[in-house]
Amino acid sequence: MSAYKTNNKMVGWIEERLPIFSMLQHSAVEYPTPKNLNYWWNFGSLAGFMLVVMILTGVFLAMNYTPHTTMAFNSVERIMRDVNYGWLLRYLHMNGASMFFVLVYTHMFRGLYYGSYKAPRELLWWVGVVIFLAMMATAFMGYVLPWGQMSFWGATVITNLFSAFPVVGQYIVTWLWGGFSVDNPTLNRFFSLHYLLPFVIFALVFIHLWALHTVKSNNPLGIDVKSPQDTIPFHPYFTIKDLFGIGVFMMVYLAFVFYAPNFFGEPDNYIPANPMVTPPHIVPEWYFLPFYAILRAVPNKLGGVLMMFGAIVVLLFLPWLDTSKVRSGRFRPIFKQAFLLFIIDCVVLGYVGSQPPADTITLIGRIATAYYFFHFLILLPLLGKIEKPKPLPASISAPVLRGGGMAAGATAKPMEKA
Amino acid sequence: MQKLIRNVLAAALVAGAAPAALANEGGPELMKPGFSFDGVFGRYDPAALKRGFQVFHEICSNCHSLSLVAYRNLAAIGLTEDEIKAVAAEREIQAGPNDEGQMFNRPGRPSDHYIPPFPNEKAAAVANGGAAPPDLSLMAKARHGGPNYIYSLMLGFEDTPPDGVHIPDGKFYNKFFPGNAISMPPPIQDDAVTYADGTKATKAQIAHDVATFLNWAAEPELDARKSLGLKVLGFLAVLTALFYALKRQIWKNVH
Ligand code: HEC
Ligand code: HEM
Repeated sequence: MSAYKTNNKMVGWIEERLPIFSMLQHSAVEYPTPKNLNYWWNFGSLAGFMLVVMILTGVFLAMNYTPHTTMAFNSVERIMRDVNYGWLLRYLHMNGASMFFVLVYTHMFRGLYYGSYKAPRELLWWVGVVIFLAMMATAFMGYVLPWGQMSFWGATVITNLFSAFPVVGQYIVTWLWGGFSVDNPTLNRFFSLHYLLPFVIFALVFIHLWALHTVKSNNPLGIDVKSPQDTIPFHPYFTIKDLFGIGVFMMVYLAFVFYAPNFFGEPDNYIPANPMVTPPHIVPEWYFLPFYAILRAVPNKLGGVLMMFGAIVVLLFLPWLDTSKVRSGRFRPIFKQAFLLFIIDCVVLGYVGSQPPADTITLIGRIATAYYFFHFLILLPLLGKIEKPKPLPASISAPVLRGGGMAAGATAKPMEKA
Repeated sequence: MQKLIRNVLAAALVAGAAPAALANEGGPELMKPGFSFDGVFGRYDPAALKRGFQVFHEICSNCHSLSLVAYRNLAAIGLTEDEIKAVAAEREIQAGPNDEGQMFNRPGRPSDHYIPPFPNEKAAAVANGGAAPPDLSLMAKARHGGPNYIYSLMLGFEDTPPDGVHIPDGKFYNKFFPGNAISMPPPIQDDAVTYADGTKATKAQIAHDVATFLNWAAEPELDARKSLGLKVLGFLAVLTALFYALKRQIWKNVH
């Protein structure tokens, strides 16, 4: 760490007692960042930005929300109608959840493509997966709060999954519910946890960044930083790049908020929860659909639940499942194709999850589920052994020094515009 | 990488189309008359809102509640203070207890929410052949197609159901209602209301007006939302362009 110097007495006084300025200097200003990062590297900071937006809008929503089965629905409508700019707060929060998942999924696929989970970034990747799980729990419980039809029935279906576990299953479900059905105690605890978990995520993001700053960022070439020439300081290069990213993202996000605020929503959730009336088809929010499809692909309930969790747990083993020594997909011709197929598979799973079950849909769901696990458990271990990667550049600055004259020259421009 | 991006974008488009495909669940395609509040620049048509309110007030409110709308909110669609007071006072609401400990009825006030036609859901159901008329406050958001659905439903009644479709006694054939047998009798016909502004009250006109009004009831913030959106997005466009220029400037010596 370069010694931190200041002429400001006040800053110096604080710095001696709490080295906060040197810490900022070290990790937000000087932090040496590979100079070839492309725009896919914007999505981490965007996710962090989104987390802050969610916490801010959420805290103000909570000031006006009532977690009681008889009042929750109307209290949300009161926010929409009577609270000043309440509609803005709520639509920001509601669409923000969808945007958060768009960002984090992109962020994760970025990691999958560029091999960011490989040594030495295994722990960084794991913390990411835990963040993802915590996000899913938060989003699920948040969706219950407005107490519409989908809130209620979604909560009923998902909590009921735990009854699949032998012997203890029903006890777990009763314990989760705080009673014998989804009811007021359930709503109360979900509200409490929905408020708590984002702060847990916040802490996890710090650990995520701590690990990141220890092992440093990966880059589109997937090769290690070899000399100071390969990096540039975070500030101003990436502060401005991230700000630009935030600008573009905000335009997309706010276009939904102002012009299609219910695009991601289900009309049924504007009907107050009614335990006596089951909606024709109960669908989770779009970001759970692939997992929902995996759940339903298995004829056995317990099997389905295990597969669904397995689909996420398998990510934890990725550093060992992918046997290739080369990180970046850019130098892996076969992996590139497999990666594309995998994305298509996830989209297919999402579509299947959105459809009411029918013979062909179930069949497609099963094939897509099988392929999901095939990709991780068979294809990735195998590819590392049989694939012949393209030659790697000598260093991050090398391709530039050689004027882009290498085989992958066209794609290896340092300033790739995504 | 470029190719990959193109493919991913294509996949995303397919995924984006899925909800649209979902929206139409087997029934006939909804009529789309077009509304003044469609699109980025669309806003409510004040005259249509007022006519739509008249339809709701004179017809629908005999069976349907509108519990999330307060009488005072009607100021937003152009009713004067006196008109609001008069509308509110048309129905009585139970209040109390008074100093003698008695409950009593009093006329509605502007601060009251639209007073429902039936004292409770059971009473509403019994008076309507077993199916309680749902609250209409959020109807325009609670059905796929929103205002198009309401419009279509109003015009989807047919006296004689197609061959082979059996409609039980006390129900009516409506080609847009899921299952086709609805407990609501056809609520509107030509000239079912006489518009104060002289507009000719055809069935389609009435349906269009009431769909507009119910959309307002569900999204009273729409005008404010869309106007604010233009300002915010315009501002962001400039800000983002500046960020981009700054980014180019800062990065120009990085090779
Ligand atoms: C005679 C009483 C009556 C009147 C008047 C009436 N309705 Fe209804 N309405 C009903 C009943 C009963 C239902 C429930 C139908 C069912 O579930 O089968 C209903 C249902 C509806 C629905 C919901 C359909 C669905 O998808 O569930 C809408 C929308 C609706 N009415 C709109 C209107 C409008 C607009 C008017 C005024 C133009 C109106 N109604 C007038 C009795 C009435
Ligand atoms: C709340 C959610 C998350 C936030 C706020 C967040 C934030 C960040 C930030 C700011 C970075 C550095 C910038 C970047 O490389 O993009 C980063 C890097 C990273 N994140 Fe996340 N992240 C989140 C979720 C996840 C998840 C769910 C995963 C994977 C399962 C993940 C995996 C990674 C990895 C592997 C890196 C290092 C990438 C590299 O340098 O190549 N993150 N994250």
